[in-house]
Amino acid sequence: MTSQPCLEDLLRRLTPQVLSKLVRRFGDYDACEDAVQEALLAAAKHWPADGVPDSPRSWLLQTAANRFTDLVRSEQARRRREELVAREPAGADVPGYDDTLVLLFMCCHPALTPASAIALTLRAVGGLTTAEIASAYLVPEATMAQRISRAKQRVKATGLRFRMPAPDADGWTPWLRSVLHVLYLIFNEGYAATAGRALHRIELSGEAIRLTRALHRILPANGEVTGLLALMLLTDARRPARTGPDGELVPLAEQDRTRWDRRLIAEGAALIASTLGSGPPGEYRLQAAIAAVHDQAPRADATDWRQILGLYGMLEQLTGNPVVTLNRAVAAAMIDGPAAGLALLDGLDGDGGPLTGHHRLHAVRGHLFEMAGDVESALVHYRAAAACTTSIPERRHLTAKAARLHRHSPSR
Amino acid sequence: MRKFLLIVNHDDGVVETPMTEWAPGDIAAHMNYYEALSKELIESGELVGFTALADPRLARIVRSDGASAPVVTDGPFPESKEVVAGFQVIDVESEARALEIAARVSAVPGPGGVPTQQPVEVRQVMSDSAGEL
Repeated sequence: MTSQPCLEDLLRRLTPQVLSKLVRRFGDYDACEDAVQEALLAAAKHWPADGVPDSPRSWLLQTAANRFTDLVRSEQARRRREELVAREPAGADVPGYDDTLVLLFMCCHPALTPASAIALTLRAVGGLTTAEIASAYLVPEATMAQRISRAKQRVKATGLRFRMPAPDADGWTPWLRSVLHVLYLIFNEGYAATAGRALHRIELSGEAIRLTRALHRILPANGEVTGLLALMLLTDARRPARTGPDGELVPLAEQDRTRWDRRLIAEGAALIASTLGSGPPGEYRLQAAIAAVHDQAPRADATDWRQILGLYGMLEQLTGNPVVTLNRAVAAAMIDGPAAGLALLDGLDGDGGPLTGHHRLHAVRGHLFEMAGDVESALVHYRAAAACTTSIPERRHLTAKAARLHRHSPSR
Repeated sequence: MRKFLLIVNHDDGVVETPMTEWAPGDIAAHMNYYEALSKELIESGELVGFTALADPRLARIVRSDGASAPVVTDGPFPESKEVVAGFQVIDVESEARALEIAARVSAVPGPGGVPTQQPVEVRQVMSDSAGEL
């Protein structure tokens, strides 16, 4: 007999597969989800006693399909659902497309806001419960339930069923970008959560990696999919060293590199190497390449800053994101000294530039002034950064940084 | 069970030194005290939620008559001590327990580990359940 946790894992793995098959056959997402939930309840009731059937997936699919038919036939649901089933042709099989991919694309439809797409993806593809997603995002369960239900209505309103553009059609690229963006945001939410706040939170970065791995299995030749997976692995590898014993943030340069996960680094680096020569790199490949350079430096002072500077230059041209310029300034300072870095920052907030008053700009300026030995200016900027950040661990880190510097300040 | 709101303002109690000038160990002790208390209240099932607010200089005030475009201004804010810095909602057996927790919040250590005695405002939260009339 299968033990309880194994059974849960099995059901969780099968849920999105069964749900996507059903939705492709019948079209009505809400009714299909209800049917799958009922099939899961039936499995949870019968399998521990009767044993797991030979093909659990077929069993669930058959049971869910039966429940769906019951639901459609039921008096109260008949009109709405039969009409839907009658109106919409059965989804044709797109050869070579895994159902999970189709479901993922539906959940990350570009018409949805990122917050809705995230919730729907975790629910439908990740198989998490609404309560789990709510606790992961620190919002009440009712709020998350509402968010998911609105997302479903929106998908329905766009007239989208299980159709997705072919990889060479118009609309494929922005759509895939939206899928990658959602996965990236889920990863970051999990990665940015520090120990104290992470209490009772579902491990979101692990979930994002799992989903991205699935996407990569289906689209192994796509450089940006590979790049995103590599970026997640190379970033997650540093997690054990990212916080100190009291949960405080430890910056990259001060991390204990023996605590980095070598296995993840090797896998991420191999992935990024596999994309070499496959056309111009996109933003995830570039970010992964930067992470790989950091991860492969044996010591912080052995970092290949020239390569990082070049990569940030390419990323800046590609995205025009001022936060990338901020990182490029740090790399420039490591090569040509703090004055070179500070000069690059001036364009970011001079004349109401894009990062005026932004805490990260203050933090980087503080860092570069500290490098230059100008303690007074560094203090001003660290204090401003501490005041402007909305992240509790960052505020703590920046406050401590200012406090340490103040104690060594000549004017004290 | 009754719900209470514990409010902490930007009033540092008996401490006059800004935190960016404390000894780093004192900052860590201060933060860890809050975290340990929150953890304790989560484990006892009494913490409903806690929220720390960003610096008041990031705040905006909105006024609207419901018809014309709303007026959005930066402040002016009252004496910075009276601005809310953060709050916790707790769900406890009695007001006495709420006051006990508020006292723990007020005794958060400052420089040299000396309790800051920051004032904590304790407010009762209204409930949407109604008794028999």
